[in-house]
Amino acid sequence: MALYSEKVMDHFRNPRNVGVIENADGVGEVGNAKCGDIMKIYLKIENDVIADVKFETFGCGSAIASSSMATELIKGKPVSEALKLTNKAVAEALDGLPAHKLHCSVLAEEAIKKALQDYYEKAGLEYDHTQFPNCESCGHCCGHEG
Amino acid sequence: MQIYLDNAATTKMSAAAIEAMLPYMDTVYGNPSSLHSAGQVAAEALTDARQRIAACIGASPKEITFTSGGSESDNQAILSAARLGERRGKKHIISTAFEHHAVLHTLAKLEKEGFEITLLDVHENGIVLSQQVAEAIRDDTCLVTVMYANNEIGTIQPIKEIGAVCREKGILFHTDAVQAAGHLHIDVQEQNIDLLSLSAHKFHGPKGIGVLYARKGIPLTNVIEGGAQERGKRAGTENIPAIMGMAAALEEACTHIDANAKKLTVLRDKLIEGLSQISHSVLNGDAKQRLPGNVNFCFEGIEGESLLLLLDDKGICASSGSACTSGSLDPSHVLLAIGRVHDIAHGSLRLSLSEETTNEEIEYTIKAVAEVVEYLRSMSPIWRDLISGKKEFVIK
Repeated sequence: MALYSEKVMDHFRNPRNVGVIENADGVGEVGNAKCGDIMKIYLKIENDVIADVKFETFGCGSAIASSSMATELIKGKPVSEALKLTNKAVAEALDGLPAHKLHCSVLAEEAIKKALQDYYEKAGLEYDHTQFPNCESCGHCCGHEG
Repeated sequence: MQIYLDNAATTKMSAAAIEAMLPYMDTVYGNPSSLHSAGQVAAEALTDARQRIAACIGASPKEITFTSGGSESDNQAILSAARLGERRGKKHIISTAFEHHAVLHTLAKLEKEGFEITLLDVHENGIVLSQQVAEAIRDDTCLVTVMYANNEIGTIQPIKEIGAVCREKGILFHTDAVQAAGHLHIDVQEQNIDLLSLSAHKFHGPKGIGVLYARKGIPLTNVIEGGAQERGKRAGTENIPAIMGMAAALEEACTHIDANAKKLTVLRDKLIEGLSQISHSVLNGDAKQRLPGNVNFCFEGIEGESLLLLLDDKGICASSGSACTSGSLDPSHVLLAIGRVHDIAHGSLRLSLSEETTNEEIEYTIKAVAEVVEYLRSMSPIWRDLISGKKEFVIK
């Protein structure tokens, strides 16, 4: 379908890093079923590096592709670098997303950040709270009642 | 290989329809409004098509207006009845919560003008009762508009009974028969229908052409102003090739209507039976009182767009009522109207069959849908929560 780029379709058809990490060092879930997409990210962190990352997603093609791409972009990277992941970087790496699907890349960024925040909390590490979004994720749906 | 199961969206044109159109693009290309012989030949064809189409729905030719399709017919039918009502101080319209947007958006426009709109509940089975219509009628009601069959879940409404209620009270009754025409019997006399919309491309005719039936004596309000075509009620040079294609397609569909329905019902029920085997799935709409070619399911724990994309990879063309496919944040208003919660409505799948659908295609589809649903569930965090007991299933 012409709706999505080849890259999106590739990551949708062959998503990387699907699954669960038991006893993960950090877990982040964002979105809600009412809006039609939920992303859950699992992190394994060793020596301040993302040693492994897995995801589970309920959502449309671009939601699945965004999750897959986001995990690829942070895997093997230092935590400090993973924290810098932006939705724009996810969308660009996918060769773009349709305008009404950009929120999927936002969701992917937020899921990664939430998992990293969870890692800091679990590990009892000091961290800068301001680098995490205040909104309980899924910003595009906030206050939206059907 | 392509298995086309989206016939409620549009159909492949029949050979008869294509053949009927060709001469009117080639040799008979005159404008029916022209006085010369080339125009008069076209005018004769137009008269002929009008008669044949009228005969298919039990109307007289003068009651047939050609339009650009279902949406325009719906718009004109409702606006005409509203203007008529307005002149008599009647500004209340009754409809249902799950009409096509061509109806709902026209009603919303009238509401802004000061009309009052009552949208009747369609219950979990997707069927409105004539009793509800009777109870909703007020002294100032000018129109009742209820679709013949729903475009998403295929449920058939008791049109004849609703028409009888309206006739008794002297209120105009319009039905959007876009999904029904060519698939279910239509007799505007017997079914007490005052105004009816139909669209050719839903029964193997061409796109961009439709009919508005208006019972004799009901003055239409123009939606398109201009020349005196269609007795001055719809301006614009008639699309003769499309009209000829529509006439051929409708005649063909109506000739085989019972045989087609019989064949499709068997395939439909086999598909319903097969998909029901998928755990935590539910059929949307009444199991029996539905279009012979319509199947619509919700699968818990997955989202419809990804389901469609993966089915497309397997060669199956289908449709969904998820928000991602509707282009808005909300899933299908039809599924919400029958009481499906948002979470469930996102995981919907519509498969609409045609006379060309085969038993092998149905068997392949049942297998393919089951595989894709299972795969998507395997990567769904909602599904994990459901099977681990963290969340409760909505669909048992």
